[in-house]
Amino acid sequence: MMLVQAKTDALTARSGALTVSGSGWLGAARRDAVARLAAMGLPTKRDEYWRYTDPASLTAATPTPAALFDAGDEAPAFDGIDAVKLVFVDGVFDPAQSDDPALAGVEITHLSQAEGVDIHWARDVYGVLETRGQTPVQRPLATLNTAYATQGFLIRATAKAAKPVSFLYQNRSTTSDALLHHCIKLEHGAELTLLESGPAAARITAVMEVEVADGARFHHIRSQGRDHERRAATHVFSRVGAGALFKSFTLTANGCLTRNEQIVELVGNDGVAHVAGAAVGDGIFHHDDTVFMTHEGQRCESRQVFKKVLMNGAVGVFQGKILVKQGAQKTDGYQISQSLLLDGDSQFLAKPELEIYADDVKCSHGSTSGAIDDTALFYLQSRGVPKRMAQSLLVLAFLAEAIGEIEDEAIAEDIRSRLEGWLQRHEH
Amino acid sequence: MLNIKNLHVKLEEEDKVILNGVDLSIGAGEVHAIMGPNGSGKSTLSYVLAGREGYTVTDGSALLEGEELLELEPEARAAAGLFLAFQYPVEIPGVGNMTFLRTAVNAQRKARGEEELSAGEFLKIVRAKAKTLQIDADMLKRPVNVGFSGGEKKRNEILQMAMLEPKMCILDETDSGLDVDAMKLVAEGVNALRDAGRSFLVITHYQRLLDHIKPDFVHIMAAGRIIKSGGPELALEVENNGYADLLAEAE
Repeated sequence: MMLVQAKTDALTARSGALTVSGSGWLGAARRDAVARLAAMGLPTKRDEYWRYTDPASLTAATPTPAALFDAGDEAPAFDGIDAVKLVFVDGVFDPAQSDDPALAGVEITHLSQAEGVDIHWARDVYGVLETRGQTPVQRPLATLNTAYATQGFLIRATAKAAKPVSFLYQNRSTTSDALLHHCIKLEHGAELTLLESGPAAARITAVMEVEVADGARFHHIRSQGRDHERRAATHVFSRVGAGALFKSFTLTANGCLTRNEQIVELVGNDGVAHVAGAAVGDGIFHHDDTVFMTHEGQRCESRQVFKKVLMNGAVGVFQGKILVKQGAQKTDGYQISQSLLLDGDSQFLAKPELEIYADDVKCSHGSTSGAIDDTALFYLQSRGVPKRMAQSLLVLAFLAEAIGEIEDEAIAEDIRSRLEGWLQRHEH
Repeated sequence: MLNIKNLHVKLEEEDKVILNGVDLSIGAGEVHAIMGPNGSGKSTLSYVLAGREGYTVTDGSALLEGEELLELEPEARAAAGLFLAFQYPVEIPGVGNMTFLRTAVNAQRKARGEEELSAGEFLKIVRAKAKTLQIDADMLKRPVNVGFSGGEKKRNEILQMAMLEPKMCILDETDSGLDVDAMKLVAEGVNALRDAGRSFLVITHYQRLLDHIKPDFVHIMAAGRIIKSGGPELALEVENNGYADLLAEAE
């Protein structure tokens, strides 16, 4: 099949200044990605999968310059959480600002150190989960990342980690263009929490591949930067084993374009996968959550909980799918996507999908858009709660189900207080 | 305490007059009851006093201790001492009952220039008051009114009233949807709050509630006006004869 010229042109432009590096298994994985990418090209807005989000700025040769962001007196996300901190500046690891990457039961290796070394587990993850995630829908930006990213960490947990690993992103250049690729492997029975926060770059193309072995538990909590002008495409590919748990929560406040893709495969029996997000946007804000949840094992539970608060023309998108394969009996799948539109200018576009080939499953999905409940607002005011405080309470209540997906109460409280701060700064 | 004069109200979005010259004066410590047929404007009166949107006041005034209520935001009316126990208490998923109560109490204290209550002080008070209304710890933890039975919702209204200690309490059909035991419990909660500085306006369809909350005055409302006022015997008259005679008399 001939590739649409526009897709090839986009790829030529976007990859023009990029070079494939590395030898050994990593170099081979990258070269494989280059070949796969050539057969795909890069997405255009004519692609069905990009119908609600224009990828032009993500595929352009150079990033659109983005003003640096001053967070004022707000503390950085997860500031009070004890963690092994690994800092990236403009998408490049900065050892000087980082902690010694030592944590009992956890091996942490930078991608640049992995080349030529046979890290046997990583060769089964790097580019492998991403490749699996290309069917039935192509995700060329992830393949571009596999081919050209040189920054990121390989993390392998063999036991329950005593504290989280935290990636802190800092942005110092208005034209930074970050390609970040992390691989995480949790061995049988291991448990790890991974935090991500901060403005990474003017443009971010990120991939995280997560292999959760049988009985292992992985928690991912992300607070995307409050920078207004960044453009981000992120992908989390995960494969969840028998009796294993995968949980990922993302807070997005601001950002002119954010596309967060979650591609989850529940391959073992009795696995659990929850993906959730709370997004708040005011003005030039386009936020897209795209989720593909595949049930292969039996008796697995999946939840997708995505909530967006939109005002002054902000746009929210949700494309979420549950695919229940033949034989995935007793599947329990749940999907909810909701938006709270604080004015008439904002919009929410939702495409929930179910595709089920097993006959004994429970799957539910719902999608709503609505305004603040005037009756509840009056009830609160009639008890003496000032209108703005009442509105904030109701907005936080709307987001509560998504935040409730975070298991660690201290981390959940951190997310909650950041949302309260945001609501105070944005009058509605 | 509360002085309503010549209050005229219409719906904001259509030309429908609901209140057509209400006059009502409630002294400190008094309990007044308003009865009347469906659609006579009883609930509208309570909403307009509390400041709900959707109504336009075309004439008249409502003074709470000399202060014009009708010009204030709902939260300012509450801080001034007004409380409306809703006929249909509102469910607020995601907001814990305890958080709601504490936010309300402290917002009012702040508006009046008083110290806010600490978490410890608040907890002590709310637990004591909840106990007398047979509200258990679980009800305090759950989201506001979500999954509450009819009786639990009404008891929760009275708990809010007890915590906020308003001067002027309006009870809008607090007896609706309650069985006899639940009504007694709610009435006891109200009676415990009666004192010389606190007044009540009880809106009801039935004399039954007034057996438990004994009013000093009873008013009959019809077509947006108070057509007759009297003592408790007026409620009995309604109970025995219905509204027909009173309405005919007023015409």
